[in-house]
Amino acid sequence: MNATPPRLELHGISKRYGTLLANDGVALTVMPGEIHGVLGENGAGKSTLMKIIYGAVHPDAGEVRWDGRAVRVASPREARALGIAMVFQHFALFDALTVTENVWLGLDAALSRTEVQARVAAVAAEFGLEIAGDRLVFDLSVGERQRVEILRALLTKPRLLILDEPTSVLTPQAAERLFAMLRRLAEAGCSILYISHKLDEVRALCTRATVLRGGRVTGVVAPATESAHSLSELMLGAAPAAVARSAGATSADSAPALEVRGLSLARRERFGVALEDVHLEVRAGEILGVAGISGSGQGELLGALSGEDPRAPAGTVWVLGRDLSRAPARERRALGLCTVPEERMGRGAVPALSLAANTLLTRREPIARAGFLRWGTARRLAERLIERFGVRARGAEAVAASLSGGNLQKFIVGREIDAAPRVLVVAQPTWGLDVGAAAQIRGELTALAASGVAVLVVSEDLDELFEIATDLVVMARGRLSPRIPVREARIAQIGQWMSGDFPARAAPAAGTGGASGVEGIDGVGAEVIARG
Amino acid sequence: MARLEPSALAAPAVSSSPSGAWGLLSARAAALLSPLAALAITVAVGAVLFAALDKPPARALEMFFIEPLRDGRALSEVAIKATPLALIALGLAIAFRANVWNIGAEGQFIVGAIAATGVVLAAGEGAGRWVVVALVVAGAIGGMAWAALVAWLRDRFSANEILVSLMLVYVAELLLGYLVYGPWKDPQGFNFPQTITFPAATAIPRLVSGQRANWGSLGALAATAGAWLFLYRTYAGFQLEVGGIAPRAAAYAGFSPRRALWTALMISGGLAGLAGALEVAGPLGQLTPHLPVGYGFAAIIVAFVGRLHPVGILFSSVLMSMFYIGGELSQSRLGLPKALTGVFQGLLLFALLACDALVERRRKR
Amino acid sequence: MEAFALMLSSSVNAGTVLALAALGLLVNERAGVVNLGAEGMMLTGGLAAYATALHHPSGVAFAAGAGAGALLAALFALLVVGLGTNQYATGLALTLFGAGFTAFAGESLVDKQLPDLPRPLLPGLLDVPFFGHALLGYHPLVYVTAALAAGLGWFLFRSRAGLVVRAAGESPASAHALGLPVQRVRFAAIVFGGALCGLAGAYVSIVYAHLWVEGLTAGKGWIALALTTFATWRPARVLLGAYLFGGVTMLQFHLQGRGVDIESHLLGMSPYVATILVLVLISRNRAWVRVNMPASLGKAFRPDN
Repeated sequence: MNATPPRLELHGISKRYGTLLANDGVALTVMPGEIHGVLGENGAGKSTLMKIIYGAVHPDAGEVRWDGRAVRVASPREARALGIAMVFQHFALFDALTVTENVWLGLDAALSRTEVQARVAAVAAEFGLEIAGDRLVFDLSVGERQRVEILRALLTKPRLLILDEPTSVLTPQAAERLFAMLRRLAEAGCSILYISHKLDEVRALCTRATVLRGGRVTGVVAPATESAHSLSELMLGAAPAAVARSAGATSADSAPALEVRGLSLARRERFGVALEDVHLEVRAGEILGVAGISGSGQGELLGALSGEDPRAPAGTVWVLGRDLSRAPARERRALGLCTVPEERMGRGAVPALSLAANTLLTRREPIARAGFLRWGTARRLAERLIERFGVRARGAEAVAASLSGGNLQKFIVGREIDAAPRVLVVAQPTWGLDVGAAAQIRGELTALAASGVAVLVVSEDLDELFEIATDLVVMARGRLSPRIPVREARIAQIGQWMSGDFPARAAPAAGTGGASGVEGIDGVGAEVIARG
Repeated sequence: MARLEPSALAAPAVSSSPSGAWGLLSARAAALLSPLAALAITVAVGAVLFAALDKPPARALEMFFIEPLRDGRALSEVAIKATPLALIALGLAIAFRANVWNIGAEGQFIVGAIAATGVVLAAGEGAGRWVVVALVVAGAIGGMAWAALVAWLRDRFSANEILVSLMLVYVAELLLGYLVYGPWKDPQGFNFPQTITFPAATAIPRLVSGQRANWGSLGALAATAGAWLFLYRTYAGFQLEVGGIAPRAAAYAGFSPRRALWTALMISGGLAGLAGALEVAGPLGQLTPHLPVGYGFAAIIVAFVGRLHPVGILFSSVLMSMFYIGGELSQSRLGLPKALTGVFQGLLLFALLACDALVERRRKR
Repeated sequence: MEAFALMLSSSVNAGTVLALAALGLLVNERAGVVNLGAEGMMLTGGLAAYATALHHPSGVAFAAGAGAGALLAALFALLVVGLGTNQYATGLALTLFGAGFTAFAGESLVDKQLPDLPRPLLPGLLDVPFFGHALLGYHPLVYVTAALAAGLGWFLFRSRAGLVVRAAGESPASAHALGLPVQRVRFAAIVFGGALCGLAGAYVSIVYAHLWVEGLTAGKGWIALALTTFATWRPARVLLGAYLFGGVTMLQFHLQGRGVDIESHLLGMSPYVATILVLVLISRNRAWVRVNMPASLGKAFRPDN
C-alpha cells in the first residue's frame, strides 16, 4: 500500500523558555491539500510551534517530517526551500519600501526586480489580490498590507502555507474572500495551517484541527462535527462563565457623562488616520462599545479623549458638562475622566519601574507638598490594588516587567477603576490575555458601569463587545457609524460598517430639514439592514 | 537621530527569569560589578601598555592609584579635579536619564568661565569679597544660557541636541580664543593670550590654608545630595525619568516633554557653567586658552561609570581625577606622555559598556 | 575667474573630506546604526596614514588609514551588533578613545614633515584655464569620492544587496523574520563606514592639511554626521552638501584673504554655525525627516532565539 505520506508531521515537539514550557510533546499531522486548523487561546503555544515549523526557532526535542522524510528546519531560508511559507500575524513588512521590493526580499532567488514585478502581477490577478507594485507600503491600509504578505508567501510556490491569526485585521466580508482564496489554494494541492483562536472560523474553514492548551495537544478533531461548546472545552478546559451584561443607562434622560461633538482631527502620524466629524455620547451606567478593525482611527480618538493629543478644537470633548477639549491629561483625571491605553508595557505602565512607582503615572496621592514624593503612600496604594484586583505579583516593589500580561492589565485597569472615575475610557482591554484574566477584567468593567460610571470600550474583538457593551458604534476610516443597541446588532451589518459602508450622520436639524435628514438615514439604513 | 535608551546605562532592571549563579546577582550587585570589572580591565591594559613603552608597570600604576591618595596635599589635588568632574557629571546624569544627550557640557563649562571672568573684569581691582558670589552665579547663568540655545533649537526646530551642543563646544572654544587674544588680553601680559591675574579677593576661599582645595568641593557635595533628592524624592525627577525610559507612558501620564527638556538642559548647563566659574576663579586664577582640558567630555564617562547615580558619580569622579593626576605625575616622573590619560578614559568607557552587556546577557540566560 | 576656480577647488577639497566620512556614515545609518565615533575613526585613520606616509608611498598610506578606521569600527561593531550595547554611548566611547589614543600615539609625529605629493597626476593640467583648477587638477581621491557617491546610489537603490541593507535599517525584526542576515549586514556596513571615515581622516592628514597635530580633524566627523541627516541619507545629496560645506569652511580664508575685517576666531566659527543652521533647517519639518529616515536608526536589535 502506498498511501500518500502526510505533507507535514510533527512528533514530540518540545520547547522551553526559561521556566515556561511553551510546547510540550506536541504532535501534528497535515495531509496534502488539507486546511488544518491550530486552535488555542493566547499563550497556548501556537506561535512557538509555528516558529519551529518555519525554522525561526529550534525545538529542544522532537522530530519533524516533510513528505515522509525526517528534516531539520534550521532557518527560514531552509523552510522556504522546502516549500513552507508563512504569513505573519504582525506583518514582516518594510514601510519605506515598495510592494515589489517587499515581495522581492521574501524571495531567496537571484530574480531581478522586473521579474519579480511580473510575477507579482500574475499571481495577484490569479487570486484576486490586486495591488500596485510601486506603491510604498506605508501608504497601504492594513488589509492591503496583508495582501502583500500573502502575495509574498504565494510567490514562493508553497506546498505548506501557514497563516497566523489572519482575520484579526479584516472585516467579516474580507475574511470570507480570504477563505475562498484559501479553499482554491487547497484544491490546487497546497496544505494550509490556519492558526486562530476564533472557533467559528475554524469550524467554517478547516477540515481538521489540532487544539492546544498550555503547550499540549488536547485534541485532534474535525471541527465541523464539533460544537462551539466542545471546542471551547478542549481549548479552555471548561466552558467560559457568562458575564452579566450591564443593565444600561441608569436614566435615559440624564445628560451624557462623556460627549464628543463634531470632532475632526488631521492626522498626526505617518500612517495615522484623520478623524472626521465624530459624535458620540456615553451616559452613566452605559457601556458604549467602539468596534472597528485596526487602524480605523481608534488610537486617534483615544488620544483626543485622554489628552495625549492636545489638538482637539475647543468644544469637541465634553466631560460631565465641561469642555475639556484642550485640557491636559492631569486636569481630565482630576475631573473624573480616566483612561486605559491599548499598550500595557511602555504606555500604561513603565516596565523597568516598580508597581509602586507605576501608581504615580496617574495617581496623585503619593505626591506631597513642594513636589516631594511619599514612597510609603505609593507602596501602600500598590498593595491595595494588588489585593483588590487579584494581581499576582511579588509585591509593591515588583517590577512591572515581571508581571504576566494578564496581571499587569489587572493592575493598570485596577489603578484606574480605583481612582473612582466618573468616566472610564478603555482600549483593547483583554488583548492577548488568557481567558481567566480576560473574564475578570470584563467583569470589573460591567460592575463599574453598574455602579454608575460611564464606560467607553474600544475593542477589535467583536465577541468581547457583544458580550459586555450596551450599545455599539463602529469606527471606520476615521468616521463613526450610527449607534445601535447591542441586542439589535447583527454581525453581518457590523461587518459591513467596519469596512466603512454606513450612512453619513445627519446634520443637526435646521427647521424642517431635520426630520427629512433622519428619514434619509432611516431609508438608507433599512436598505443596509436588508442587504446585511 | 532617534532617541536613546538610558535605562541601558543606569542600574539595570531585574530580569524576568534569572538562572544560574549569574541570576543570583541582584540588580544592585550587577550594577556594581561592571564598573569594577571595567576598571580591572583598564588597569590590566594599562600595565601592558606601560610595559610596551619600556616603563615599569608597577611604578606607573602607582602614579595613578597610590600617589594621588598619599597625603593631605595629594587629596587636595584630587578634590580640585574631582569637583568640576562631579558637578558636570551630576548635571549630565540628570539630563541623560531624561534622554537629553547634552554632549556639549564642555562648551557650557567654557562659557561659564567666560561669564565669571566678565564679572571679575567688570568689578575691577578694588572689589570686595562679594565678587566671589557674583562670579559663581554668573558662571551658572552663563552655562545655562549656552545650554538654553540647545534647548531652544531642539524645542522649536527639533534639532538634534547632540550635534548642536557639540558644535557649540567648538564655537565656545573659538569665543574663548577671540576674547583672550583680543579684548580681554592683559596689556601687561607680554602679549600672551591671557587675561589679567584675578585679584586675590575673587579667589574661591580655600578649605585648608596652604592647599588648593576650595569651597567648590563642598558645593559639589551639596550638589550630590541635591541631585539625589531631585532624582529619587521629587515628582519632577520622577517625570524626567519616565520621560527618558518610556516616552509614551510619560505622554499617557501627561508629563510634559518640553518641561523635561528645559529642566534637563538648564540643570546640566548651570552645573557645567558653575564648574567653569569655580575653575577659573579657583585653581587657575585667570582666563587662558588652556582652560578647557576636556572635563566636559570626561564627565560623560564619569556619569556612565557612576551609573548615572549621584553617589556613584562621587566615586567615579574621584577615580577620573586620579587618572588625570596620574597622567601628570607619570609624565613628570617617568617621562610617559600625558595623553595617556585620554587613552585610559576612553578605554574605561569601552570596557564598561562591554562588561555591562556581558553581565546583562549572563543574567538573562 | 581664476580666483573663482581656486575657490571652487578648495571647496571641493575641503568637501571631499566631509563627503568621504558622510558617505561611510550614510551606509551605517541606512543599515540602522548611528556611529558617533566618526571623529575618533577619522583621527585614527589620519594618524595611521600619516605615520605610514613618512616611509611609504601615499597609496599605501591611504590604505593604512582606511584599515585603521575599519579596525576601530570593527571594535564598535563587536560591541553594538555582537553584544547589543547602546549605539550612542559606544560611539561616544569610540570618539573619546580615538581622540585620546591619537593624541598619545601621535606625539612623536607632530614635527615630522611629509614629503611633498606629486600633484597633479598629469603635468600641465593645472594650466588649463578655469577647468584646470576647477575640474581637472584634483587629487585622485576626489574623483574616487565622486564615483563612490554614484556607486553607492546605484548600490542602495538598484541592487538587491542594497535593498537588504535598507531593509535591515527599516525594520531589523521583519528582516530577521524573513531570514535575512541582519547582524552580518550591519557588521559589514559598520566596517565599511569605518574604512571610509578612516580614509577621510587620511585625506586630511596627507593632502588637505599635510601635517599632523592632536585633534587635527577639528569636528569634521561631527559635521559629517549632521551632513547625512541634512542630505536625507541619499549619496548624491551628501556629495553636494559636502561641497557646499567645504565652501563655507573655505569662505573664512577667502574673506580674510580679501581683507575683510572680521577677527579670525570669529570667522573660524562659520563651519560650526553653518552646521547648526543646516540642522535647524532640516529638522524643522519633522514629518519629512521621519519619512526619509531609516526607521530603526539608533535602536538596538537583539534577535532572540
